[in-house]
Amino acid sequence: MTKSARKLYTYWFLLPAGLVYFALFLLPTIMSFFFSMTRWDLVDWEFIGFDNYATFFSESSLNIGFRNTLVFAVVTCGLKVVFGLLLGVALTSGLRIKGYLRSVVFFPTLLSTIAVGIAFSTMMHPTQGLINKTLALAGIAGPDWLGDTSIALLSVALVDVWKGVGMATVIFIAGIMSIPEDYYEALQIDGGNAWDKFKHITIPLTAPAMNSVIILAFIGGLRSFDLVWAMTKGGPGFSTDLIASIIYKQYQGGFYGLSTAGNVILFVGVSLLAFPLLKLLNKREVDL
Amino acid sequence: MSKGWNRTLLEALAFLLSVVVFWVPFYFVIINSFKDRTESSLLNIDWPSRFHILENYKEVLAAQDYMMVRAFFNSTVITLLSIAVLVVVCAMTGYVLQRRTDRWSGPIHFLVMAGLMIPPAVVPTIWVLDSIRLFKTMTGIVLVEVALGISFAVILYKSFMATIPRKIDEAAVVDGCGSYRMFFQMVFPLLMPVTSTVVVLSSVGIYNDFVNPLYFFPGAKNATIQLTLYNFTSMYNTSWNLLFADIMLISLPPLVLFIFFNKKIVAGMTAGAVKG
Repeated sequence: MTKSARKLYTYWFLLPAGLVYFALFLLPTIMSFFFSMTRWDLVDWEFIGFDNYATFFSESSLNIGFRNTLVFAVVTCGLKVVFGLLLGVALTSGLRIKGYLRSVVFFPTLLSTIAVGIAFSTMMHPTQGLINKTLALAGIAGPDWLGDTSIALLSVALVDVWKGVGMATVIFIAGIMSIPEDYYEALQIDGGNAWDKFKHITIPLTAPAMNSVIILAFIGGLRSFDLVWAMTKGGPGFSTDLIASIIYKQYQGGFYGLSTAGNVILFVGVSLLAFPLLKLLNKREVDL
Repeated sequence: MSKGWNRTLLEALAFLLSVVVFWVPFYFVIINSFKDRTESSLLNIDWPSRFHILENYKEVLAAQDYMMVRAFFNSTVITLLSIAVLVVVCAMTGYVLQRRTDRWSGPIHFLVMAGLMIPPAVVPTIWVLDSIRLFKTMTGIVLVEVALGISFAVILYKSFMATIPRKIDEAAVVDGCGSYRMFFQMVFPLLMPVTSTVVVLSSVGIYNDFVNPLYFFPGAKNATIQLTLYNFTSMYNTSWNLLFADIMLISLPPLVLFIFFNKKIVAGMTAGAVKG
């Protein structure tokens, strides 16, 4: 790079974005490691070592968040991949109404999570809710979707998939559209059927799209907060508490150090899970 | 002939499924926002015996001394300001990062990517805002929205810059352009397509944001649209008609955006996701 080019593309241009990014994202992230080891009220702090972490891992109302968050992330991510891929294939096929379908599937992505959460929690009401009343017509006794501790987390996960599958679908559509038509024609000449096309061409060649969906959905699932908060507030009991909702509860309770420890745990968890996953997925992509 | 029938059957099936999965929830909210309190408390999708459209929507808007109106104002201002700042600072950043490669490029790229993955540290952010006297202020929440939106926008700008030939830069230099004039007069106008993508996507994201206002912009005077809706759930837990009218009102802006910019939104989200 020549001197004149350095002057032309000056790093001064990064200053405004860099300042804001540093002050309100990087600095808090760095400071969180320190503050997670304190008892703290924003003004005064007292260093207490790893006590907050010990509390987080030993207290069952807090460590239940690890399991819940992982379950939530895996379930939502898995379902978004499956439904996203199927919808992606269907919406790039010869259906005449695919334009309409794309719009309908995508629209919930733009809605407010809180609004979606409220609407679905009323529809999931155990006796009056639309879902169970419809099931009752078919003679099925629907479960208490959000009140039963064993399925409440899955119910919220389903709503998350309803809202987020449009995003996965458009990514898959972009991936499928980039596959050259000749590949399918060649397979057809070799006598392949629709299933062969899907298995031998669509799946391997949409690997980059699938990787994007997996990473986005998985990290999104790990960080998820607002939907759970709008639908169950972590209840019944702590059965739908995610790490992010526990962070909020501890913040509300004034336990700032403990809340920040939760943030650091989430940070480490996302890094430990997401970076290897990214590597693994990228490797798979190259191998093909 | 049979193939045509198959396709029509499949289309009918897909249409039916889309109605059950997507239209019924929409319809459920809409129709209940038109009912009176007693009928809406049944939470069904029957036709209302009498329509109460104007009363319901008026009551929601006027509730708590026109809280909704204030919230709309706050949300609009936050969204517009955040976007204005985001567009300018991220365009500048994406431009330099794409044009320049040296030993800083790697670390900077890493930091930008980190912003997409790492969950923000909440209470330390409040601590920073508080120490610069911006906690619970409009400026504070705008800066937080900008800080958390930078990564995505920079990546979009950076990848779009790659499609603008360097020849343009060279020509501008020959004509005697300095770095600032070149960026603002030559490059920035060429970034229009990606700027509109950033504007549309960020406005949806910031308008719908619940978590950041909840933490960084608390207080009754500081209501934003999503916070008001959330607070109405406890206030209106027996008046579903009003709660649903509220949902309808706050969903209107995204709906309008969707009708006009459907293609842009989809293309932008896909580009961001695949490149990120």
